Amino acid sequence: MELFIDITLLTFLCITAMAITVIRKLFCAVMLASIFSLLCACLFVTMDAVDVAFTEAAVGSGISTVLMLAALNLTHSREKRPPHQPLVALLVVGVTGIVLMYGTMDLPVFGDAAAPIHHHVAPRYIEQSPLEVGPPNFVTSILASYRGYDTLAETIVIFTAGLSVIALLGIRDRYAGRPIPSDRSAMKDYVVLRIVAKMLMPFVFLFALYVQFHGDYGAGGGFQAGVIFASGVIIHSLTLGRDRTLKAFPHQFLRGLATVGVLIYGGTGLASILRGGNFLDYSVLAATQLKGQHLGIFLVELGVGLTVFSIMILMYYAFSYRREP
Amino acid sequence: MTIPDFITAFCLILGALLGLTGGVGVYRLPDFFTRLHACSVTDSACAFLILSGLMFQTGFSLATIKLFFILVFLLITSPTSTHALAKAALNSGEIPWCQSQKER
Repeated sequence: MELFIDITLLTFLCITAMAITVIRKLFCAVMLASIFSLLCACLFVTMDAVDVAFTEAAVGSGISTVLMLAALNLTHSREKRPPHQPLVALLVVGVTGIVLMYGTMDLPVFGDAAAPIHHHVAPRYIEQSPLEVGPPNFVTSILASYRGYDTLAETIVIFTAGLSVIALLGIRDRYAGRPIPSDRSAMKDYVVLRIVAKMLMPFVFLFALYVQFHGDYGAGGGFQAGVIFASGVIIHSLTLGRDRTLKAFPHQFLRGLATVGVLIYGGTGLASILRGGNFLDYSVLAATQLKGQHLGIFLVELGVGLTVFSIMILMYYAFSYRREP
Repeated sequence: MTIPDFITAFCLILGALLGLTGGVGVYRLPDFFTRLHACSVTDSACAFLILSGLMFQTGFSLATIKLFFILVFLLITSPTSTHALAKAALNSGEIPWCQSQKER
């Protein structure tokens, strides 16, 4: 049965990928990319990787679709045909694909118990993490504690990406205090949409908080929570108008918040040095090892959530405020 | 087969049938609005039936509550999205298909 589901999903995945390459309408391509992410998320669920599936669904098919649609505002809605047939590019891509496929032949079969990856650190993560770190969801322990350095770097990558987008596009405060000339985003005549959005927004925020603070026990964590919180704000901006969103979440404030998130993460590491441990070794933060780890993971996830949230909103601002009136 | 099992089977079969008709409808119907009608049936009725069918299987547990919340969420959002799509299409100049269109 699982094989049947896998085959169906992978077939859909291939069809979607082909369609993305063929189609010239960028709007359709964005939608297809969203479907592609959703199918990937389904595949991750069949592999029992719920946290990854959650992230893929929230980031890939959720907010990146919105960001790409906002970016479409700045460009044409059709992809231009290349002036020449890119045969060399096709050759390079084809050869790379064949080499990669040849490379997969040496990989162990999916789910093979004798595969090297199941014998290196994975047994320790599975067996020792309840004793060493604590949270029942050991994906969170791996992400925030064992692999804390990687997650710090990921957070900094997101931070840098956001900074680059703002530096390249800039956020113009041209409508500050004035009504927007042709306010297409305020949706004056979409009453139903506005009411439903107002009804759902608190629940979206509540769910984001749940994901943020329940990450120790179930699927979730700072990345997903930040993205969900950001999508709540984007709903606000789409239905009630940019002006009101900018008033509620000014971009100077968000810039500060993004920095604070990274600083919380790094500061947790420094605090553990000051208390006599290694960088990002949370065990020394509190009286007992488990309490220290719990506090450290809480702080780190909070930092990640703040950074991801504010960077996503800032990117959205940068894309959607750029439009000339 | 107990009564909840029977209800579940009924709901799931009916839901799957509605999903199938929705798919056929999107493929066969002539224009945007009629297709939207087809997929809105899938969105609301099919999801409603399948989720309530599953709720009869979980007994009274946390899973039932979660399914119920998903159900409420879908019942609110999918008609809204259909409405928004239809309105956006109408605003951007899409004319609903009708029989008399051939004569015009």
